[in-house]
Amino acid sequence: MSNIKYTYAVARIRALEVSLFSDAFIEQLLACKSADQVLQSVMEKGWGDMDSGTDVEAVLKCEEEKAWAVIRDVAPDMSVFDVLSYPKLYHNLKAAVKEVSTGVKNPAMFYDDCPIPGEEMYRIIENREFSRLPGNMSRTAQEALDTLLHTGDGQLCDIIVDRAALDAIEEAGKKSGEPIIENYADTTVAIADIKIAVRSQKTGKNADFMRSAMAECESLSIDQLIRAALSGMEEIAQYLEGTSYAGGADALRESPSAFERWCDNRMIETLKSQKYETFSVGPLLGYLIARENEIKTVRIILTGKQNGFTDDAIRERIREMYV
Amino acid sequence: MSELGIVYALLGAAVAVLLSGTGSAIGVGIAGQAASGVVTEDPSKFAKVLIIQLLPGTQGLYGLLIGFITLSKIGVLGGGLADLSVQTGLLILAACLPIGVVGLLSAIAQGKTAAAAIGIVAKKPDQFGKAMLFPAMVETYAILALLISFLAVSGIQV
Repeated sequence: MSNIKYTYAVARIRALEVSLFSDAFIEQLLACKSADQVLQSVMEKGWGDMDSGTDVEAVLKCEEEKAWAVIRDVAPDMSVFDVLSYPKLYHNLKAAVKEVSTGVKNPAMFYDDCPIPGEEMYRIIENREFSRLPGNMSRTAQEALDTLLHTGDGQLCDIIVDRAALDAIEEAGKKSGEPIIENYADTTVAIADIKIAVRSQKTGKNADFMRSAMAECESLSIDQLIRAALSGMEEIAQYLEGTSYAGGADALRESPSAFERWCDNRMIETLKSQKYETFSVGPLLGYLIARENEIKTVRIILTGKQNGFTDDAIRERIREMYV
Repeated sequence: MSELGIVYALLGAAVAVLLSGTGSAIGVGIAGQAASGVVTEDPSKFAKVLIIQLLPGTQGLYGLLIGFITLSKIGVLGGGLADLSVQTGLLILAACLPIGVVGLLSAIAQGKTAAAAIGIVAKKPDQFGKAMLFPAMVETYAILALLISFLAVSGIQV
């Protein structure tokens, strides 16, 4: 009966799922004539607040904060959501390392809605108090800072931090003890590895580069992926066809944006079964990812409309909805 | 007359009430957590989720009924304790076990089903009737146990 602790949270999330956007509503947004109309439509659905006004970025940021606030309110244990906060946390680390080494300050570079906000991260890196950082971050921070100071190679620094983030996500997934979180973490790492393989193939990187950038995961073999990437894009697609990421192969052949969309849709697919769970953390994770996905989709539509994209070009980038 | 006979019989009444009551408390508790979650976001669904929350409460009533009949039978209620042999005492204890054990387990199972059914009401309030049916199915087995306990307690000659 240990999982009974999620009963209240899941029931609350169920009630909130009703207000998630459906595919039909996204179609309505697509049919809007201008970005202003899109913004008006989502605001009628309760997006934004008094402070955000009609500022697009403020409205989207406000929605992101609302989603996290709900989860913080209902979740009996926030540590299982580490897998979701790590990307922002490691982004802050990366930004802080670069700011400290270049001496240029830019507060807009940081995320503040994560366990170590920008200002604090900057101070930790500046004073070299690496022991205050959790998990593998202290070692990563030191290595990244030393590398950047000695070589001045920003890409190498990025690889060190991004790889550490992927390792941390995989580890947090395993540590959570929740199958769905573990599955989500593994899918996240696998998709990141596939993206690395695709980009490395396009830019002609060697095997050592890929090996240092990719993190181990259970659903993919890094060695095979690297070998495929060295041979060509078609080989990557062929390798993917033999894994649980077979859909990615078709998307890869179609276009880069179709591939990006497939990555997000694959994540939603992983989580869709959580709509029928009552006694686990799954629906909370599903709701959070669904909200992020929804915000991302609205952002794509808004940007598309602002820049005069055709409906088809926007539609190609639209993500599948959770509900 | 053996003094232990009445002790066993009273133990039977206690088992019927204790186990089924505990089960119902846990079941209603689980469903109550889910109900609170829904009402936090949507207070208009209060009446619907309250009805579903109460479904696992019936086992406690069945246990109470069997306990009550047992107490009347052995004379604890109404004065004049019956003269029970050890064998009769044990028979009454055995007769009380079905509603006790089945009441405990079915109420917990029903509580979990009710929590899931409250999820249906949260998302599709118009499907309330169907949502009610799933936890109600679990009730069948509590009723079967009640029937056997009732027949057994009534049938034992004191």
